[in-house]
Amino acid sequence: MTAVDDRPQAEIGSPRLRKEDQRLVTGRTRWTDNLQLPGMQHLAMVRSPFAHARITGLDTAAAKSAPGVMAVLTGADVKDLQGSMACAWPITEDQKAPAHPAIAVDRVSFAGEIVAVVVARTAAAARDAAELVDVDYEELPAALDLKRAAADEVLAHPDLGTNKSAFWQYDSADAGTGGAVDEAIDKARTDGIVIEREYRQQRLIPAFMEPRSVVCDPTGEQLTIWSATQVPHFVRIFTALVLGIPESKIRVIAPDVGGGFGGKLQHTPEEVVTVLAARHTGKPCKYTETRSESLVSAHHGRHQWQRLTLAATKDGTVTGLKVDLLADMGAYLGLVTSGIPILGAFMFNAIYKFPSYQFNCTNVFTNKTWTDAYRGAGRPEATFAIERLMDELAVEVGVDPLEIREKNWIRHEEFPFTTVAGMTYDSGNYEAATARAKELFGYDALRREQQERRDRQDPVQLGIGVSTFTEMCGLAPSRVLGALRYAAGGWEHASIRMLPTGKVEVVTGTSPHGQGHETVWSQIIADRLGVPFEDVEVLHGDTQIANRGLDTYGSRSLVVGGQALVLAADKVIEKGRPVAAHLLEASVADIEFADGRFSVKGTDKGKSMAEVVWEAFTCHDLPDGIEPTLDSDATYDPVDFSFPHGTHLCAAEVDTETGEVKLRSYVSVDDVGVIMNPMIVAGQLHGGIVQGIAQALWEEAVYDEHGTLVSGSFVDYTLPTAADTISFVNDHTVSPSTTNDLGAKGVGEAGAIASTPAVVNAIVDALRPWGVRDVRMPCTPERVWRAIRSAGAREAEPTTDSAQPHFDAGAPNQDEPGSGATEQNGEVQ
Amino acid sequence: MIPAPFDYVAPTSLADALAALADSGDEVKVLAGGQSLLPILRMRLNAPDRVVDLGRVEELRGITEEGDSIVIGAMTTYAELLASDVVREHAGLLTKAVQEVADPQIRHRGTVGGALVHADPAGDVGAPVLALEAELVITGPAGQRTVPATEFFQDLFETAVGEGELLTAIRVPRHTGWGSHYEKFVRVVHQWSIVAVGATVRVENGLIAEARIGLTNMGSTPLRARAVEDALVGGPATQDSVREACAAAAEGTNPPSDLNGDSDYRRHLATVLSRRAVLAAAGV
Ligand SMILES: Cc1cc2nc3c(=O)[nH]c(=O)nc-3n(C[C@H](O)[C@H](O)[C@H](O)COP(=O)(O)OP(=O)(O)OC[C@H]3O[C@@H](n4cnc5c(N)ncnc54)[C@H](O)[C@@H]3O)c2cc1C
Repeated sequence: MTAVDDRPQAEIGSPRLRKEDQRLVTGRTRWTDNLQLPGMQHLAMVRSPFAHARITGLDTAAAKSAPGVMAVLTGADVKDLQGSMACAWPITEDQKAPAHPAIAVDRVSFAGEIVAVVVARTAAAARDAAELVDVDYEELPAALDLKRAAADEVLAHPDLGTNKSAFWQYDSADAGTGGAVDEAIDKARTDGIVIEREYRQQRLIPAFMEPRSVVCDPTGEQLTIWSATQVPHFVRIFTALVLGIPESKIRVIAPDVGGGFGGKLQHTPEEVVTVLAARHTGKPCKYTETRSESLVSAHHGRHQWQRLTLAATKDGTVTGLKVDLLADMGAYLGLVTSGIPILGAFMFNAIYKFPSYQFNCTNVFTNKTWTDAYRGAGRPEATFAIERLMDELAVEVGVDPLEIREKNWIRHEEFPFTTVAGMTYDSGNYEAATARAKELFGYDALRREQQERRDRQDPVQLGIGVSTFTEMCGLAPSRVLGALRYAAGGWEHASIRMLPTGKVEVVTGTSPHGQGHETVWSQIIADRLGVPFEDVEVLHGDTQIANRGLDTYGSRSLVVGGQALVLAADKVIEKGRPVAAHLLEASVADIEFADGRFSVKGTDKGKSMAEVVWEAFTCHDLPDGIEPTLDSDATYDPVDFSFPHGTHLCAAEVDTETGEVKLRSYVSVDDVGVIMNPMIVAGQLHGGIVQGIAQALWEEAVYDEHGTLVSGSFVDYTLPTAADTISFVNDHTVSPSTTNDLGAKGVGEAGAIASTPAVVNAIVDALRPWGVRDVRMPCTPERVWRAIRSAGAREAEPTTDSAQPHFDAGAPNQDEPGSGATEQNGEVQ
Repeated sequence: MIPAPFDYVAPTSLADALAALADSGDEVKVLAGGQSLLPILRMRLNAPDRVVDLGRVEELRGITEEGDSIVIGAMTTYAELLASDVVREHAGLLTKAVQEVADPQIRHRGTVGGALVHADPAGDVGAPVLALEAELVITGPAGQRTVPATEFFQDLFETAVGEGELLTAIRVPRHTGWGSHYEKFVRVVHQWSIVAVGATVRVENGLIAEARIGLTNMGSTPLRARAVEDALVGGPATQDSVREACAAAAEGTNPPSDLNGDSDYRRHLATVLSRRAVLAAAGV
């Protein structure tokens, strides 16, 4: 299924073991926290326990005189030096945002915000002294509940005068990509079907394996910063901009980094504080967060209320979709916080042909940890909403959920297809992926078993969940980013250094943190330049080596960075041609390159790549005008996104006595274009699917009514382990992407986007006979049990031809629209 | 994370351990497997001046048979307990419960004594110890005393072990020939019990002759479901009869409300899990 390339021994498509794994798995490598520098000092942060408070006193005397302490810095000490953390994505011209100091000066806006830093000789001394910093707070009312915050009842930042940061709209009628959605809805109210639902995307915590860590060495000509980050290039630029240090004086290194999931796509206050401490003391400084600190202070993800109105004809042909989002920014805007929900704007219409569409999003501040990118970033939210709605529509029409999808999806012969959200989908085959998934899943047999269990009133019911998703990968065409007011471009860079001894160094501007780029980039170069896989070394993550790059996120590395690599490799070959022609005494036009050899057309005369490189290196006898190197660079700006898709099917058993949900089987058939390394693709899918299932079943960042993160450790933030999951069946269809030479589409987020609605759809499907039509995520046993009980008697949900009432206040398992909706146990939403 | 500084002593005998406790101030902590204590110290929820490590006190380890009882040294690890055929045969409920504690790493370090003194109501060994009517041997400067499990658990994180005292052993009466099952309800496998029910029953000619049921996390201490036990005894070991008896499982309990569930949900769970535990213990 993978071998599009039919050359013998092709590296591309081979399930190579990852060359980076030995050092990563054994931990014998350079994690930031492993670094030891001469004279290094250690930092401990003092953090606010309050969600919103004025700092009325701060006494550091005891901490300063504690053993081993070099310095204690407060917001007051650094207020003229620290600038304000930056937001790179002001989504509207009049977007509102508070100043964001790395160390709070006179007011804290979320529990976990830094109020002082202790610099000491050992990490233990720093931690001990941090306990001695005495801070007086005057607590202020906190904006915690998202809906209440949107109503401006309490202000997260009183000086802003509102909690609303920005309002952003996409309207297909205005954009000329479709009709007017309100007309479609009005029409459906009279003679069609209108489905109205409100869903909630809970707050999640990226929870990467390696906690964040920063080291700053101020002793050289360049300030050197090592950081456990996904984005060393961003850290360099933003360190320069925020602190006013010339960019040329800054070198940033992301050594081996243990996971990110978007959670390390950030320029952090901790990075700024470490730089400030190093410059203040003149010593190298290190800060490594604890897991508890990570959970409160590294950015969170998701958290939206979604109000959705879907209009359709009576036979289930969708005529319009209207989306109203409230998106929680948390206390501040991080690097791309405000743009995250906006990325979803292009995905609510998913794989379907909707004639009209409107997307409205209000970004709202609260006194909680700020949110930002988290695996999928905007797209999982959109996919969840539409895939849940399509199931509801199927129930309303009275047909199988796959049938309603097929009725509305883009057929394979219609690609490339321009959607109602203005995106042009490159390629795909939803029919083929769905047919294969059904077959692997045993769809019809499971439907029969479901009916049998219903008939015999089995306490354990079976549900089948469908998710036919697509996503946009390959962030991003720079012009599109510009139009969205994003501050940077979306290109990527690669350099290839042909070393005299025939080995190759590849430099990529992407910044892997667990994905396996070193392996895949080596596979690509092995095939393109005909050198052995083992002879390729991939360098990344150091701005002195990989001087150009825009890092790793948004499933962009292969689709954009891989294409840059292909273009650089083509240039190597082009530069080799005249050298080879000279050596072979042939004309350049007659030189062909294949399988690592330059040869003269129609003859058996040839020179290996290594011989040509050596000739260029010695440069003893090159004709005039030939540059004596094959080294090449390429910067590539994508022409468009790529659109992987897939059909995911989940069978779940729901224990109606306890509410427990057990996965029974899970099948995915994904189309991620051409697959470079099937083992890595499988790894991305497995991890992603579990992460998405975890949103459906397990994870939530819960705050109490004081704004304290209750799920502040892994005891309460219930991450799954392998023991909680089942074996997945993964297969693929291959529709090569038309937007890059590799035909690759991106797979980093697919699993996490697709699986969440598949699981929730399965749960709701199991409980339809009880009248259950939603269970809020995470679908804990208690919530499932309550849904069954609150839905009342065991009766079929009445399926009527008429439109469903508009956000019916009494609808089962739904929150009242616009209500404060503060939940039981003093949890706030 | 880094604990606050403390003194560390590692005695090699029970006498030395007691002496070390005696000459410490109030702020002393005993260290057993460290699986509860170390997280507490590292998060600085507690900052003792001195830690007395029992890890080298060999006489507190091991499982022996004494007359009608099985005697388990306080420093016996979960892993050692799981490997014991004696416990499996004569106090099977303990084996079943300990299988459900955390993960292999924690079972390799954590001790039965440490778990009992820590007395977390969500811990998995308390309810079986209570249900099996075990006695706890406590040793202090004044010598040794034995308290029944019913008096051992006093409140949330509070036991009969006083200042300067150590829990030294657990005596479990033999329950040879009894069936047992521990039904633990969690959201993810490495979690503490949301609710768990330990049941051990003796079935004679299809009738339940004796039944003991312990509830985990249904109040501030482990609890016995006496109403269920009474209702079961003399009745048939059948689905319907057991279901009816277990309807009373939440009687007299006071379960907490937290992220994993409100107390009414836990009450409901107790009835379902009791039924499942009893039926499994009875082999139905
Ligand atoms: C991630 C994780 C998951 C866990 N999950 C579970 C679970 O699912 N179920 C479960 O039951 N437990 C669980 N535990 C707790 C585990 O069982 C602990 O090991 C146990 O509670 C304490 O045993 P310990 O030997 O480690 O005691 P320690 O942590 O060393 O000590 C606990 C307390 O008892 C005191 N103490 C210890 N021994 C004695 C003694 N002989 N005399 C007097 N005082 C003493 C100590 O001073 C301390 O206060 C989990 C722990 C962790 C870290």
